[in-house]
Amino acid sequence: MRGRESFGMALEALRVNRLRSALTMLGVIIGVLAVVILVAVGTGAKDAVEKEISGLGTNIILVVPGRLSVGAAPTQSKLSLADVAYVRRVVGDPSKVTVSLQSGETVRVGGTEAFVTIVGTDQNLTNIFDRPVDKGRHLSETDVDTRRRVAVLGSEVADKLFGDLDPIGRQLTISGARFRVVGVYGKVGQTFGVSRDQEVHIPVTTAQRLLGIPRVNGIAVGASGPDEIEPLQSRVVAALADRYPGEQFSAVTQTQLLGTIGSVLGMLTGVLAAIAGISLLVGGVGVSNIMLVSVRERTREIGLRKALGARQRDVLSQFLIEAVLLTTLGGMIGIALGVGGALAIQALTPVPASITWWSVALAFGVSAAVGVFFGVAPARRAGRLDPVIALRAE
Amino acid sequence: MTAAPALEAVDLTRRYQLEGVAVEALRGVSLSIGQGEFAAIIGPSGSGKSTLMHLLGCLDRPTSGQLRVNGVEMSHLTDTQLAELRNKTIGFVFQSFHLLARTTALENVALPLVYRGVGKAERRHRARAALESVGLGHRMEHRPSQMSGGEQQRVAIARALVGRPKVLLADEPTGNLDTRNGAEVMGMLDRLNSERGVAVVLVTHEPEVAEHARRQIHVRDGLIELDTAAEGRGA
Repeated sequence: MRGRESFGMALEALRVNRLRSALTMLGVIIGVLAVVILVAVGTGAKDAVEKEISGLGTNIILVVPGRLSVGAAPTQSKLSLADVAYVRRVVGDPSKVTVSLQSGETVRVGGTEAFVTIVGTDQNLTNIFDRPVDKGRHLSETDVDTRRRVAVLGSEVADKLFGDLDPIGRQLTISGARFRVVGVYGKVGQTFGVSRDQEVHIPVTTAQRLLGIPRVNGIAVGASGPDEIEPLQSRVVAALADRYPGEQFSAVTQTQLLGTIGSVLGMLTGVLAAIAGISLLVGGVGVSNIMLVSVRERTREIGLRKALGARQRDVLSQFLIEAVLLTTLGGMIGIALGVGGALAIQALTPVPASITWWSVALAFGVSAAVGVFFGVAPARRAGRLDPVIALRAE
Repeated sequence: MTAAPALEAVDLTRRYQLEGVAVEALRGVSLSIGQGEFAAIIGPSGSGKSTLMHLLGCLDRPTSGQLRVNGVEMSHLTDTQLAELRNKTIGFVFQSFHLLARTTALENVALPLVYRGVGKAERRHRARAALESVGLGHRMEHRPSQMSGGEQQRVAIARALVGRPKVLLADEPTGNLDTRNGAEVMGMLDRLNSERGVAVVLVTHEPEVAEHARRQIHVRDGLIELDTAAEGRGA
C-alpha cells in the first residue's frame, strides 16, 4: 500500500469521527497555543528591555562606587567633581565624560506641585546619552561653571507643571530655590520601569549646593566605538582604584547590562516555554488514549483489513499517520491561534509580544513528534492484532 | 487434474490455550479442494469448522500439519507473505458481511486492491465491474446502512471477487439473511463457481445450504466425519 493511501484512510477516519478528533486535537492546540504565546510574550519583554537600554545611547560605560550587586544598598559615594576631572584626564576627551547627582525633590510652580527626580549633570550629557531637546536648549558649560539656577525639564514634568503654556523662560521652585526653565526634553519613555520623562536636569554644581552634597553619584563615559568600550572600562576602573587604594569601583557597559538582563529574561522565557511544553505533553497523552480507544473500537475493521490482505505495517502506518495527523493538524491550528493571540496581545494590551520563528517551528516539530511518540504504541497494537480474534470481536 | 489443488490440507491440528486449558479444536484433518470445486464444510457449532475455515483462509496457523494453497506450503511464509497470499488467492464472505461503515459500496469493494497497490482509477474501474456483476450497478455510492442485508452481502461477494481469487471462503453467508435473500446469495455463489471457475468452500451448519455444493464435508469434534467426495471416489 502506498503512503498516499494510508494518508487518505487516516484523514477519512478523522473526518468520520469529527467531534472526537476535534476534542483530541484540543489538547495539542492548547499546548501549542501556550508555547507560541508565552514565548512571544517572553521574547517581547526581552526585546522591550533591550530597546530601552539601547535607547539610552550607544557605547556607554557607567562608573559607580562600590560593587554593583542586586539586593544590596548602593555604596555611599566618595566620588567628587575632582574625581570627574581626573577621569576626564584618564579618558583624554573631556567632552566624553559626564556626571550625575540624583535626588527626589518637590518642584512647584504657583499652586502646582510635582515630585520629580532632580539630576545634577553637565553640558556633556548629550554627548553620551540620546536626549534631544524639544524646546529651548541643553545645559551649557557656563551654566555649570557659574552655578546658574537653570533647569531642563522632562516632557512629563513640563506638561504637569505648565500644561499648555510654553515653559521656556518661566520660573519654578525646587526645594525653595527659584530656577529658570531653559529647555524641555523630548519624550524618551522608561528605563527599567522608571520614567525618564519625570526628570528635571540642573547644573551639577548648582545641585551640590542646593542639596548640600559635595559628591556625585556616578560618572558616565562615552566610548568612541564598540571596540573601545572594554579597554576604556578597565582603564577608568584601574585609574580610580589607583586614586582610592582599597576602595572598589564598578563600571558597567550597556553590553554587560544587556547580557545580564537578556539571560535572566531568556531563562524566564525558557521556563514559560517548558511549562507550556508540559501541557503539550499532556495533550499527547490524550492522543495516545484516544488512539487506544479507537484501535479497540475498530478491532473488527482491523481484522477485516487483515483478511483482505493488509500487512502488519499497513495497519500500523494507518493508525500512526492518524495520530500524527491529529497532532500536526492540532499543531497548525494552535500555531494559527497562538500567532493571532500574540498579535492581539500586542495590539490590545501594553504587554509586548514578539513572535519568533523558532518557537513556531519548535511547537510544530514537537507536536509532530508527540504524535509519533504517543501514536506508536496504539498503532503497534493495531498492527499486531490476530485477524481471527479481531474478526470475532464485538 | 494436472494443476495443484486449490487447497490441500494434510493432518491439520489446532490447539488453543483457553484460560490455561488446552482445547483441541482440530485433531488431524486432511482434505483437498480442487480448482473450481464447490464444497461445503458442514457441522454443528463447536465442531471445529470455523477453525478449519480460518486455517484454510490463512488467517491462522495450524499447530501441526501442512497446508498448501495453490501448491504453496504456507508454514514457510512470513505474516507479510501470508497477507499477500490472502490478498491474491483467497476471497472471504462473512456471516455478518464485515463492510466498513460510512464507506461507499464502491470503496468497500475496492479495498483489497488498495493493499495490492493498484492505482485509484483502475481500482474504481474494477470495483464498478464487480458490483455490476452482482447486480448492484445502481448502488455504487450507497453506504452499508443504506442497503438491505441481501445487498450488503452482495457487496461483500463483489469485494471477494474483485481481486480474482482462486478460492472463495464463505462463512455462513446466509446466516443473517431471510430465505429469499439467502437463496439469491447462494445462487450467486453457484454462478460464480460454474461461470468463473472459482473454487467455493462454504462453511455452514444448515444442511439445506450445504445441498448447494456438489460435495459435503461433515466435521464433528475436530475430525472429518464424512466426506462425500471420498465416498464417490471409493465407489
